[in-house]
Amino acid sequence: MSDSLDRSIGLLDRSLVFITGKGGVGKSSVTAALGLIASRAGKKTLICEVDAKGDVARLFDSEPADFDPIEIRDNLYLMSMDTEAALREYLRIFLRLSMVSKLGPLAKTFDFVANAAPGVQEVLVVGKLCYEVKESNYDLILVDASSTGHIVSQLASPKGISELVKLGMVKDQIKWMEEILYEPSVTSVIVVATPAETPVNEALELASKIDSDTDVHLGALVVNKVMPELFSKAEEEFFSSLRDEKSLAVFAKAVSGDVTSLLNGSAAALEMRRTAEPHIERILEVSDKIHVALLPLMFGIGSGLRLVRDLAEALSAEWDDLLWVD
Amino acid sequence: MGGLESVFFDSEILIVAGAGGVGKTTIAAALGIAAAESGTNKVLVLTVDPAKRLADALGLVGLSSHANRVDPIQLNQAIGHEVPGELYVAMLDAKSSWDELIKRHAPDAITRDKILSNPIYKNISSRFVQSHDYIAMESLYELYISNAYDLIVIDTPPSRHAIDFLDAPVKMADFFSSKLLKWLTLPARNRLLMGAFKPFYQIADKILGAQFLSDVADFFLLFQSMYDGFIVRARSVSKILESPSTQFVVVSSPEAAPMQEAEFFISAINQRHLNLAQMVVNRTLPDYFRDPGSIFVAHKLQDNFEQIAKDFLVKGKKLKYISETDLPPGRLEALVERVFLEISGSFLNFSEVALQEAAEISKLAVDEEMITLIPHLNFDISDLNSLGKVAVHLCSSQSPFTI
Repeated sequence: MSDSLDRSIGLLDRSLVFITGKGGVGKSSVTAALGLIASRAGKKTLICEVDAKGDVARLFDSEPADFDPIEIRDNLYLMSMDTEAALREYLRIFLRLSMVSKLGPLAKTFDFVANAAPGVQEVLVVGKLCYEVKESNYDLILVDASSTGHIVSQLASPKGISELVKLGMVKDQIKWMEEILYEPSVTSVIVVATPAETPVNEALELASKIDSDTDVHLGALVVNKVMPELFSKAEEEFFSSLRDEKSLAVFAKAVSGDVTSLLNGSAAALEMRRTAEPHIERILEVSDKIHVALLPLMFGIGSGLRLVRDLAEALSAEWDDLLWVD
Repeated sequence: MGGLESVFFDSEILIVAGAGGVGKTTIAAALGIAAAESGTNKVLVLTVDPAKRLADALGLVGLSSHANRVDPIQLNQAIGHEVPGELYVAMLDAKSSWDELIKRHAPDAITRDKILSNPIYKNISSRFVQSHDYIAMESLYELYISNAYDLIVIDTPPSRHAIDFLDAPVKMADFFSSKLLKWLTLPARNRLLMGAFKPFYQIADKILGAQFLSDVADFFLLFQSMYDGFIVRARSVSKILESPSTQFVVVSSPEAAPMQEAEFFISAINQRHLNLAQMVVNRTLPDYFRDPGSIFVAHKLQDNFEQIAKDFLVKGKKLKYISETDLPPGRLEALVERVFLEISGSFLNFSEVALQEAAEISKLAVDEEMITLIPHLNFDISDLNSLGKVAVHLCSSQSPFTI
C-alpha cells in the first residue's frame, strides 16, 4: 500500500468519494453520515446509490430515488444509478440524439451494449459520476458503491475500455474520465469493514487491490460497528468477582431480582469485544499508511435518521481534522 | 431430530442464498457437515468465495474446481465422534469453468481456440458478474449429473440481488437467442443487407469505433456455432432448479436490510414454485435479552444504581473481593456504581436490539418450524471445530419465540 496519509486535502474537500466494503458492513449508513456532515457544512452534496437497494433513502426516511436526483435535505441530493438511463442520457448529450426512438426499443440496444461489450455497464456508472464532477453540478458526490467484489472493475473500467476500444468518441471521453477518477485531489475511496474475519480480509485485500489495479486514491478505512470497551481493567476485575455464587446472591438481594441474565449479557458483550479485537488490530496495523476510523456499534438505534446523526457525530469526532482542511 | 435433518434425506441439491455478509458460506459449510453427520453418504459443498481461513480449514487448496475430501480423521476429531458420511468441498472457479464449457460445446478445435483467445470472451468470462451467476448454476448442473454425490450444497455467488442467479440460465438462453445477436452478426455475414439496422450501426460506430464493434461481432459469430448446445443446456439447468429434490435454504442476519432481501427471496421462491427448505437467521442474540423479568431488573438497576451499590457493599462486606481490595471506600463505591450502571446499560442496549431482531423475525412470511436461529457465537468461525458447532445449532431446531 502506498502512502495515503496526505493531509493537505480533506476527505470531503474532494469532489468524488466512493464508499465500498463487504455486504452488511454498513456502507450505506457511513455514506449517509458523510452526506449529512457535508451538507450541513454547506456543501451541495449528491449521494448516488449504485446498487439501488434504497438503503440510503430509507436511512433518511425519504422516498426511494430515481436516476434524476431529488433533494432530501438542505444541500443534500439523492440519486439511484440506472445504467440504462445513464446510456440514454449519454446518447442525448453527446450525440444530441433525440432520434433514440428510431433505434427500435432502446432496451434491446442496451442489452447489446451492456451484455456484449464488457465493462460498458461499469463505465456508464463511472462515466455518469465523472460527468457530474466535470460539469461541477455538485460540490461533492458520495457514492454508495458496489460491494468489494465489483468496485475494482468499476474503478478500472476506463482503463479496460480504452484497451478494448481503439477508436471512436468513447476513446476521447475516457481521457477526461481518467483525469477525474485518477486525480487524488479530486477522487478518493473509503473502504468500510466490520471487526470480523472476512470483512477485514476483504477490506485489506481491496485496499491493496485498489492500490495495485487502479490509479484511484485510497482515502481511508472505516471500521464500523465496533463494540465499545465495557469496563476498565479494575472494573472488569470486580465484574468477574460478581460471578461467583456468593457475590451473585448478594447482588440479587441488593437489586431484589434475578441478575443472572444481566451478568451473562455483560459477559457476552465482553466476549464480543474480545473476538473483535484481533481484527481491529489488523486494521490498525496499516494506520501508519492510511487513515483509519473506528465507529462504535450504535445500539438499539436500528436504522433511520437517528443512526445517521449518531454516526455523523462519531465520524466528525474521530476525523475532526481529516474531513476538511479549510 | 428436527430442523434440517429431514431435508438432507429428501433432497439432492441444497441452494444456500441470501444477502451479502450474512454468513452464507459458513452456513453452507456447516450444512455439509450436518448432512455428513446425519448419515448422508457423500456430501459436496460447492462454495464460491470462502474466506481464507475457512478455505484452509476445509482443505481447499488454490483456485480449483476440483473436489477435495475433507480429511475424515480431522473431521471426526473436530466433531468429537465418528462422522458417518463423506464430506467433499470444491471452490467455484468462474474462469476455468467457462473454459470447460466452451471446450464442451465448441463444434471444432479451431472455433474453440478462437473463442478462448478472443479478448472479449476473456473479459466476459473473468469479469462479467452475470456470467458468474450462470456459471455457478452450470457447474452445479455438471456435478449433479455426474451422480457422484448424494447431496450437493451450493453457496451462491454474491449478486447484486440474491435472486439474480435464479434467472441466470433463462437470461443466458435469451441472450443467445436474441434478435440482437442476429443484428450484431449480420454485417459480418452480409454488409449489404444491413440497411434496416443502419442507424444502430452508425451510432455504435461513432461511439465505440468500428474495430471494437467488429471484435464483438466476431465473438458472437463464434459463439453462435455453439448456440444449440447452450440453449439445451441452459434449459436443463433451469429444470433442476425446479426439481422437487432441489431445496433452498435462505440465510439472513437479523437486521432489517438483509431480512428484507430474504423476504423478497422467499416470495420469489414461492412465486416460482420452488422449494424452500429452511430459513436460517444467523447471529441472533440470546433469548434472555428479551426476558421481561430481566429487562425489569435491568431498569431497576439502572434507575437505582447508587442505592443498590451501597446495599451491595453493606450486604457483601464479607465477599472476597470487597474484603481484600486495597481501594479506599469512596473509590470502591464509585467503581461498583460504574460497573452496575454499565451492566444495566449494556443489557438494555442489547435488549433493544434483541427485540428488534424478534420483530424482524416475526415479520417473515414463513411457518415457525421452517425458521432456524443460529445464535451469535463468540468465536470466529474459521475451523472445522467451530463449523461443527454451527452444524449442531442447525440441527437442534430452536423455536424462534421461546420467551
